[in-house]
Amino acid sequence: MSKKGAEIIIDILRCEGVKDLFGIPGGAVIDIFDMLYDADINFYLMRHEQAAAHAADGYARATGKVGVCIATSGPGATNLVTGIATAYMDSIPLVALTGQVATKLIGNDAFQEADTTGITRPITKHNYLVRTADELPRILKEAFYLARTGRPGPVLVDLPKDVQQGETNEKYPDKIELRSYKPTLWGHPGQIKKLANAIKHSKRPVIYAGGGVISSGASEELRELAIKAKIPVTTTLMGLGVFPETHPLSLKMLGMHGTQYANYAIMEADLLIAIGARFDDRVTGKVEEFAPKAKIAHIDIDPSSIRKNVNVDIPVVGDVKNVLSELNKILQPGDTSEWLKQIEQWKRDYPLTYREDGNLKPQYIIEQIYEVTKGKAIITTEVGQNQMWAAQFYKFTKPRTFLSSGGLGTMGYGFPAALGAQVACPDHIVFDVAGDGSFQMNIQELATAVNNNLPVKIAILNNGYLGMVRQWQEMFYNKRYSGVCLAGDYECVEKHTDSSGKQPLMLLNFVKIAEAYGAVGIRVTEKKQVREALEEALAIPKPVVLDFHIEPEENVFPMVPAGASLNQMIGGLA
Amino acid sequence: MRHVISVLVENRPGVLSRISGLFSARGYNIESLSVGETEEDGTARMTIVVEGDDWILEQINKQLNKLIDVIKVTDMTGDSFIDRELLLIKVNSSPTVRSEIVEIVNIFRAKIVDISPKTLTVEVTGSEPKVKAIIGMLKPFGIKEMVRTGKIAIGREFVGKV
Repeated sequence: MSKKGAEIIIDILRCEGVKDLFGIPGGAVIDIFDMLYDADINFYLMRHEQAAAHAADGYARATGKVGVCIATSGPGATNLVTGIATAYMDSIPLVALTGQVATKLIGNDAFQEADTTGITRPITKHNYLVRTADELPRILKEAFYLARTGRPGPVLVDLPKDVQQGETNEKYPDKIELRSYKPTLWGHPGQIKKLANAIKHSKRPVIYAGGGVISSGASEELRELAIKAKIPVTTTLMGLGVFPETHPLSLKMLGMHGTQYANYAIMEADLLIAIGARFDDRVTGKVEEFAPKAKIAHIDIDPSSIRKNVNVDIPVVGDVKNVLSELNKILQPGDTSEWLKQIEQWKRDYPLTYREDGNLKPQYIIEQIYEVTKGKAIITTEVGQNQMWAAQFYKFTKPRTFLSSGGLGTMGYGFPAALGAQVACPDHIVFDVAGDGSFQMNIQELATAVNNNLPVKIAILNNGYLGMVRQWQEMFYNKRYSGVCLAGDYECVEKHTDSSGKQPLMLLNFVKIAEAYGAVGIRVTEKKQVREALEEALAIPKPVVLDFHIEPEENVFPMVPAGASLNQMIGGLA
Repeated sequence: MRHVISVLVENRPGVLSRISGLFSARGYNIESLSVGETEEDGTARMTIVVEGDDWILEQINKQLNKLIDVIKVTDMTGDSFIDRELLLIKVNSSPTVRSEIVEIVNIFRAKIVDISPKTLTVEVTGSEPKVKAIIGMLKPFGIKEMVRTGKIAIGREFVGKV
């Protein structure tokens, strides 16, 4: 019996276990939406396609499952682009379904036509333009397979209107035949042996773990390795949560805004074990001076990540979980006791801290969020200072609890991602740590949150600035605050500061905005109100916007200036 | 150093754009690229000539392999291989110099494929130095138009000692 293309699409979503779908309809996907009307799939109507992609991404990061979003042709598809690129940079499994004009109209500049596969080619793991309904089952199966296997990533399937309306007898295939795609899953035993040997002889080893450990589901294996061999662990932003930050072996995050002790450990290490990480410039600083005394081992499923930025002595290509479980079998600990003593000393000498002066400090708010949620919340972030404070001052103990746009650094990511995470994990507390700038980039999703009763909490660290850019302008551009004042004027400080010199006066009224959307808004201007406000927010089973008026010119420290070596950190407290 | 890379790909829409996009996005320079079908239905072979050090070549190799439509990547450089290029070149030629041009063409074992009162069109196949040499020899007559296929290459099969 033949079926319509649109029906096949819904069938395959069901076969792939997709229960939740994020998107916005339009002329070129209306046939799919007609099928969706009767289907057993929860559709979340977003208010912007970018948010749909981020929500699907947040869903994927919180669960490890493939997130799915849908948009119409032309502007629907181009609005997805930022979300797809975000997922691509962070290797997040995503399938994006886009409508396309009918095949006979492609290339004619038809209404709402865009070359979607052309536009998304460099920001997807792979993409397809489906030409006939007969190809649909195979392509959709491949799309999901490619998105979640190997180094995961977004896959886009462009679906012309006549393909959705066309009929086919083709069935969902049992097997996938892709001769050109065979990810290396098992590490080379010889290389693993070499690595084990290096660990045995190392006196000052450090593990540098990234997002690949999360996508591989290998945090247990990582923990075993670190604890058995007594190796301290630092993680990238993407890796937060793979190793409990409450553990004595944790060095927390490294890099530009990492801890001083993590960065010093990198500079002094004799063996650096990079696991599912890619030596990003925000991590390495001046790459020539990164881990100068160390032999470098690198475990990654993607061979192109190895030796891309730094030279590697012991490369191991394979799935992190497999490689680590093989490594753990033959592991012989070296003597790291002196090294751990040194690290303890650094931790005492250079703790992660901030100045307590009675003002409302963003770091304090993050610490309090950790306290009231008992460290069990899923934290999403926007991008900038809010992201770094969240990364520094919340203690992450489990993978998939910190969702943030690491590679692309997409402002506006955190809120829709929080919605996706809340859909995936209805029993969890989901907190979006936001800035007043980036929250406004997808603020319209308050409607989605309210309509779908998604009780996410948004903590706006409101300083009236695009804070991270302001911080750079303060530190490296002679305090010339160009284009960063959200009160609307670059002479912001002089013009809009009240007599006490504490607050710009023209801050947006987020409480009223929240209320207008049907959410709850709570304003917090003093330190002593923080705890109570957070507890109140958690008790309200609705989306809550917490508008924290923080100290406007608080900076993120420590900091390695861009392009400097990791030991040239600016500490901050001095 | 120049490398000749042979890439076997699934012959699907967009595959050329995926490959060329990879080179442009990562800032690698393609010197020449030629594509054609192979002995197997549904596949195409691209011969890409690219300039770069070992580090860049390693990345090019890995990045190409990462593309879903790429089946196999071979860097021919260093191995024994045969490479050829086809050149079509239209040269100004009055009756007075025609025999002189014909002589050059014969020496290079090229072919004259078209003639008009004012021009001769020559077809040349060969390795790059030969193609360059004949271009150099024909230049003084005035080149009206010229088109090159770019290099194609295939590995040598015989590897035993002689």
